[in-house]
Amino acid sequence: MSTPSPKEALGRDDIAHLARLSRLALTDEELDRFAGQLGAVLDAVAQVGKAEVGDVPPTTHAVPLTNVLREDVATPSLPRDVVLAGAPAAEDDRFRVPRILGED
Amino acid sequence: MSSTELTDLDAAELGRRLAGGEVSSVEATRAYLDRIEAEDGAVGAYLHVDGETALQRAAAVDAARAAGEELGPLAGLPVALKDVFVTEGVPTTSGSKILEGWRPPYDATVARRLKDAGTVLLGKTNMDEFAMGSSTENSAYRVTRNPWDLARIPGGSSGGSSAAVAGGLAPWALGTDTGGSIRQPAAVTGLVGHKPTYGSVSRYGLIAFSSSLDQAGPMARTVLDAAVLHEAIGGHDPRDSTSIDAPSPPLAECARRGATGDLKGLRVGVVRELGGEGHTDGYEEGVLARMAEAVQLIEGMGAEVREVSCPSFDLALPAYYLIAPSEASSNLARFEGMRFGIRVADDGRHDLDEVMALTREQGFGPEVKRRIILGTYALSAGYYDAYYGQAQKVRTLITRDFTAAFADVDVLISPTTPSVAFPIGSRVDDPLAMYAADLCTLPASLAGLPATSVPCGLSEGLPVGLQIMAPALADDRCYSLAAAVEAALDSARGHRLLDELPTRAGATGGAA
Repeated sequence: MSTPSPKEALGRDDIAHLARLSRLALTDEELDRFAGQLGAVLDAVAQVGKAEVGDVPPTTHAVPLTNVLREDVATPSLPRDVVLAGAPAAEDDRFRVPRILGED
Repeated sequence: MSSTELTDLDAAELGRRLAGGEVSSVEATRAYLDRIEAEDGAVGAYLHVDGETALQRAAAVDAARAAGEELGPLAGLPVALKDVFVTEGVPTTSGSKILEGWRPPYDATVARRLKDAGTVLLGKTNMDEFAMGSSTENSAYRVTRNPWDLARIPGGSSGGSSAAVAGGLAPWALGTDTGGSIRQPAAVTGLVGHKPTYGSVSRYGLIAFSSSLDQAGPMARTVLDAAVLHEAIGGHDPRDSTSIDAPSPPLAECARRGATGDLKGLRVGVVRELGGEGHTDGYEEGVLARMAEAVQLIEGMGAEVREVSCPSFDLALPAYYLIAPSEASSNLARFEGMRFGIRVADDGRHDLDEVMALTREQGFGPEVKRRIILGTYALSAGYYDAYYGQAQKVRTLITRDFTAAFADVDVLISPTTPSVAFPIGSRVDDPLAMYAADLCTLPASLAGLPATSVPCGLSEGLPVGLQIMAPALADDRCYSLAAAVEAALDSARGHRLLDELPTRAGATGGAA
């Protein structure tokens, strides 16, 4: 499998795009700095492409467990007021959030 | 006895004196609080200390003891927790501005278990933001200094815990290890640190960085203390779906037995790819010299030592720095400024998406942003197979190398980290140089295996760690060999390695 060239892959515009996907409002200065740094990091991590993996299965985690479920029994949740006390804004026993839809 | 004498005791000895009534928990707790008050300004180990609550709790333990209540062996012992563990009502930040001021509504399982055992929480220790780093310089709050030399890093990400325990500001502490964050700080501060088998210590209430790798564990001044603390936090937790429901071998007993030093019949493999022939680039001479001496020492105690090759370990670093950022980019999506922590620009002019993006921009530091972007990229359609998928396959190869090695040997050893503590500031602007500190610790992380760092001497006056890796759920082998090494070195030098810290620190202007 061919790995994309890191230098092409993580230019300033790509980082701006990835930042948008990640909900990060990066500054221009950060975009410049990260473009250089992440290019070098990607260059280094791209070495995984050297491994002969053939039909080697991926490892997602080290513990041989799947679908661990508890008994379907209701247990108490954290008290609402305690949880809301940690929120930046609350109203009417709920998290208060900024508007979701645009004006137009 | 003086405060310093009390804070010099290892936890097992302090516990014995508490149980025997020679010292009260209030006296022990106050001794630590006094030292924190006097010295933490220079060391910077703690993010939060609440002396009043600690003393109240200590007094309650003393009262229970005076009333003749049956108390466990940890009752009244002070402890410090890395700020990655949520603690009910106690500020918890994970080293990040985005959680500034947050007081969690519940306790992490390991925090709860230590509370139930009667320990006294001294405070929460500094760390690299969201545990991303090897020097604690990525903390959003303060610099933590190595008590051996205040101009150097205490390791990371559990650098607040390592500095506190080495500097006499806590008898022991919990850290977390994702790629080496317990072992590397323990190594560079002259402590014992153990990363348990993945799944053997609960992750419930541990603020997630990379879920398939994160593991909590002990950091202590002796192997026995680490084993005792590990036993107190370990075991199955129904609240963690990756928790292994199997009994853990007795660890403290293994540490005690190991200290007798008879290693006959033990087969030890030295990993060539971690500092061996043809793989010494980036390793300091002093580190390799201490490693070679440790090998001789272990052989001298009767173990059969051979070199073992694990060729895939060469790709552990690139695989880790794809897997961990990928998981982090997903885990850190929960920090959106809606349910906990800070919120920025909620002024009616910005919509939800903008508030989230501005909150995360202000709340996260540069390393966290870099890893979120790298992880988002590695998981993107079109690149997934080449990066994240390929890294997961390399992870399988690394596990296979371990499996093959453990067919012939009982444990594997290597240096814990390629260099001694480096100067503060020397690697901050070079992510790859920083990542190199994790070179030796990453393979066991990726395979989910237990690994200990135990001090094996000094290089240029600074501590060097020996790493001992074992098969899954064979944590007892790590403790047993670590105890043998520790006992032999302590006996050869006539005192503990940490006893040399005051002299060294005096010479470099470090904490006295």
